[in-house]
This record gives sequence, C-alpha cells and structure tokens, in this order.
Amino acid sequence: MAQPAAASETRPWRDAASRPFISVRSLIKRFDDFTAVSNVDLDIYKGELFCLLGESGCGKSTLLRMLAGFEQPTSGAIFIDGEDMARVPPDRRPTNMMFQSYALFPHMSVEKNVAYGLLREGVKKSEAYARAGDMLRMVKLEKLARRKPDQLSGGQRQRVALARSLVKKPKLLLLDEPLGALDKKLREETQFELIKLQETLGVTFIVVTHDQDEAMTLATRIGVMKDGVIEQIGEPREIYETPNSRFVADFIGTVNLFTGKVAAVAPDMMRIETAELGDVRLPPQTGLTYGQQVWGAVRPERFALSRTRPEGAANAWEGVVEEMGYIGHMSQYRIRLASGVLIRATQSNRLRDEDPISWDEKVWISVQPAAFRVLTR
Amino acid sequence: MSAGNALTRSAPWRGTAWMMGKLGLSGRSLVIAIPMLWLAVFFLAPFFVLGRISLAEAIIARPPYTPFFDRAPDGSLEILASFENYRFLLEDALYRNAYLSSIRIALVSTLFALLIGYPIAYYIARAPEPKRSVLLMMVILPFWTSFLLRVYAWMGFLRSNGVINNTLISLGIIDSPIQMMQTDFAVYIGIVYTYLPFMILPLYANLTKLDGALLEAASDLGASPMVTFFTVTLPLSLPGIVAGSMLVFIPAIGEYVIPALLGGPDTLMIGRVLWDEFFSSRDWPVASAVAIVMLVLVVAPIMWLQSVQNRREET
Repeated sequence: MAQPAAASETRPWRDAASRPFISVRSLIKRFDDFTAVSNVDLDIYKGELFCLLGESGCGKSTLLRMLAGFEQPTSGAIFIDGEDMARVPPDRRPTNMMFQSYALFPHMSVEKNVAYGLLREGVKKSEAYARAGDMLRMVKLEKLARRKPDQLSGGQRQRVALARSLVKKPKLLLLDEPLGALDKKLREETQFELIKLQETLGVTFIVVTHDQDEAMTLATRIGVMKDGVIEQIGEPREIYETPNSRFVADFIGTVNLFTGKVAAVAPDMMRIETAELGDVRLPPQTGLTYGQQVWGAVRPERFALSRTRPEGAANAWEGVVEEMGYIGHMSQYRIRLASGVLIRATQSNRLRDEDPISWDEKVWISVQPAAFRVLTR
Repeated sequence: MSAGNALTRSAPWRGTAWMMGKLGLSGRSLVIAIPMLWLAVFFLAPFFVLGRISLAEAIIARPPYTPFFDRAPDGSLEILASFENYRFLLEDALYRNAYLSSIRIALVSTLFALLIGYPIAYYIARAPEPKRSVLLMMVILPFWTSFLLRVYAWMGFLRSNGVINNTLISLGIIDSPIQMMQTDFAVYIGIVYTYLPFMILPLYANLTKLDGALLEAASDLGASPMVTFFTVTLPLSLPGIVAGSMLVFIPAIGEYVIPALLGGPDTLMIGRVLWDEFFSSRDWPVASAVAIVMLVLVVAPIMWLQSVQNRREET
C-alpha cells in the first residue's frame, strides 16, 4: 500500500514492529454462566483514541471496567505500558476513568471534585487547587469552581467529569459513553473538543460508545464488539468500506445485503449468483471457492441511478422508485427491482437538479464492481 | 376537560366541594386536617395542660394542684401562676444532676449504637438482594416480642448467677461473679440493644441510596478503601447518621423502664425523677416542670441541628 512515510508514526498499528502501549491477551470474563467478554485480544498504541463500539450488553463496558480494575478477569492478562495489571488495584493503576453517570461527588464543589485525585496522590493542597484551576480553565469552567455538581447543567457536569479524570495526567483515560447524556447538538460540538483535548495532552483514550457516528468521528481505530467478541478492529474507513462480516456491515451505517453463491471463478473475473440480483460480475477475490455461500454488501451511496441503462456497466438492474425522500444534501430512494427486492440507494445533491428522479419512475441502478463487497460470514 | 366533567357528573361531590369552598377549605386542606387534628389533640393540648400545671402549686386535693383561676376576695378573677417550680429545679442539685446524667447516658448510648449500627447497616445495604431482605428482617424481628420481656432476658444474662457470669466462672476466667446488674453498664447495654434498630434502619435507607459509581470514582482517583470511606461514604451518609442518632437519643434521654430494671440506685435519670415526683411525692406541678424542661432540652438542639442542615442545603 502506498502510504506516506510518516504513516507509521501517526498510525503505529500499521507497522508490525511498533510496540503496543496496552495489550490485552485472551481476556475472558464470566458472570456466573454468562460470558460477558470472551477471549479478547487487543493492542492499543500510545496516543490513540480507540473506540469500543457495540450495542448494550456486548461486553464493551465490562472490558473497560477490567482495564480500570473494577472487575477481575476470569482469565487472561492486561498489560499497560508493559506492566501486568493482574494484581494492581484500581487506586494504583495508571488509568483514570470518566464514568457514564459522571459520578461527581455531590457533597464537594467542582474545584474539590477536580482536586480530589491530586490530594490522594499527596500533592500539596495549594498546588492541587492550582492544578485543578488550570484544568478547569482548559474545559472553560473556571467561573463555576465553587458550585456544587447539582447546580450545573448536563454539559457542564460532563466537562467537570472530564477535568477530574484528566487532572492526574493518566497514561490511559477510559471514557464510558462520555457524550451519551448530552443532546445532539452539544454532542457534536463536544466530540471535536474531546479530540482537541486528547491531541493537546497526548493521553491515550479508550472510548466506549454505542453511537456509530460518534465512534466514526472520534476514533483513530474502532473495535466493533458483539456478544463479548471483537468482530473487527480497524480505522473508521476500513470498518465502513471493508467490513469483515454481515454484522459489522449492517451495524456501521446502512447497507443492502444479498445472499448468494460463488458461481464461477476465473483468473480475471468472478461471478456470484444472488437470489435478489441474479448474476453479479466482480473482480476475483482470494479465498473464495466455487459453490461457497457468500453475502454481497453494497452501501446505498454506491448505487448510481439513471433513467437509461448505463453504458458499459457490468452490473445494472431495472426497477421502480417506490419511495423517495429529499433531505437537502442528499436524497434517499427505495427502489423495487423485478425480483421483488427493495434496494436502498442515496444520491448526493451536489448539483442542482431541476428534474430529479422521482416517485414511480422506472430507473436503472448500477454499481461499480469494486463497491460490491463480498462477505463470507 | 376531564376534571370539569368529573365535577359536573357527580352532584353530591359538587355540593360538598361548594360548601367547603365557602368555608375556605379544599380537598387538600381536608387531607392535612386529620394529622393536624391528631397532633393538636394528643400532643399540643396535653402540652398546654402540662405547662399550666407546672405553673401551679401542689396542694392536697383532687386534682393535687392549685387552680389556674381564682376568685379574689374582692370578687374579681385572678390568675394564680408562678415560676417557683422552675426556680426550684434550678436550685436543687438533684434535678441538675439528673438532667446531666440523662444527657450523658443518652449521648454515650447513641454513640455506641452508631458505632455498632453503622457497620451493620453498611453490610446490609451492600448485601445482594435475597440476603438483604433476610438481614433486614433479622434487625426488625426483635420488635415482635415484648420490649419488657427482652429487658428481663438481659437481666437473666447479666445477673450475678446469670449466663455470662456462670460461663466465665466455668471457663475459669474469673473466680467470683462480676457485678453487672444495677450498674450504668447494664443501662447502656439495655438502651443500645433496645434502640439499635432505630439507628440501623435510617442508616440503611441512606446507605442503599449511595451510588456505587462514586466509590469506584474515588478508588479510580487513587483513594484506598479507607480513604474512600472517610471522604465519600461517611460525609454522604451524614443525614442517615443524624436521623438515626435522633431516633436513639430522644427516647433514650427520657427512658424510664430500662434504668429502673437494669440500673442501680446510683443511676440517675430524669425519667425516674419524673416518676418519683408524680407518684411518690404526688407533686404534679414540679413533675410537670421537670417534663417541660426536658422537652425544651431535647427540642432546642434538634431545632438548631435542623436549621444548620437547612442552611447547608441552601449554600
């Protein structure tokens, strides 16, 4: 792959020689007969903003809590900066956590909340409060230092929690749904503040979230979790463009999924027979054998719509626009093909179109062979 | 719409509501009237009766005190009231000592009830569900047997030839029985034992509300379990501590039965003085004054504590 020379510095996971900062090895956590985390291996590098993404109950929070030391693994090991964490209690780990509920001490002022960790470390009172003040300035809350948590808005509480977890300059900051309790607009603003803060301080972040947009915006890499297993680890672009399973493809963004079989494999092309689209011609892909069960995945924006059959297109199908929604920057279509399958497609409204394709029109949809992702599971 | 319809539909209710409205009453004031009436009849009225008797003089009559109103020789109505009884209380060391000793015994008992009750309440609050209900049940269970019976049971334990002394002698730890009955020690045991549930229950109610995430946050920020307890758990459970301590302190200060049964002749408590004044000396006015002073002694610190707490909540 032709990457810039500096890629290994900003993307150490692409370089096999770089040493991970956090290593999780064969980690298992069972609660009675429920396995919350099942045999997870994970390497995270210094300065990363790693997102664990999954639905509730997928084990992402349990994994985070094991890193913080609140849960003991059933088996497996966690190394932070080369040090085995097995016998290190939470109060002696080089990690700090930002809790989903923020867990601010209700009987202490904002300032005391932030200084709490420093005072426990044995920092002198005057210095602790000075550093807490600096941190509060950083999150723009210096004017509210004397307030109690219940006198703050949700967004302000979120920033106090962030300041409190960062004031000790941890090697690793764990964030459990850090933006989950904020409304949409505030969440979007805060996402970028969080990235900026992370870059300024150079602290490694692990963020747990169920919000795929949040993960895509924040993360250097995403780990998609399901039923205690990490299904795929990759950069946001990889996860979106080359998902490794139907679950990941469906979980991140919207996707059209088709079931089929490998019908022919030749050196220069491959043919897949699908129930919904009939034959699809694709460039050959390694690891596929004749007759194998596969699934096709196409993102809605990868379909091209036209009123006439596009020339030279290897794969094109005719259908009728059943529904159409104009959103502004794009339009969404639901197109019924002759086979009865409903295709979701979107068109970007980059140019002003006075005569857009609309309801009940007959249209042709086509897809570039490279945009047709073949999945084996 | 529904509220209006409901009123027009049921005519009798509308009639009642209209009449109450004429009298300046609403459904809400009716609800509050019942407890208010209860307090007025069974607390406020006796309190005023007591206050009035405390201003009278003891005489040998029935009732054994001077009337409040009297006909003067010239036929006009005069009020007979004096603060003589209160002055008497202040001057006689017996009463002063009884008050001080009652407060001391109540304070020490409250402290021990807190020291014993806090860990129990904490343990129950942290216990998983089926176990928690069983433990709570065990705290409440003693209430199902007579209080007097339980005090007698303690006498069986503490007597010179009781369970404790017999066990210690048969084990060869002591030669002669330790005097436990009729000491202050026995009174402390009795009070702490009897009122412990009143300490545990409000503490438990407070500690179950404690957010476990706060404890994790403290530990995450580098606080050892001990430091977490003193910086987070203890300050946050202060309302429970105050409530529990009040519930033990207030009945303990006026306790009569426990010192009478377990205490010795030296155990001076105001409840006993009160009893003696009423039934032995038949001096109702002095007894009433003793009761009123005790009420003031108990109520004043509570009101002060409440105002402190309110002020703290405001800031």
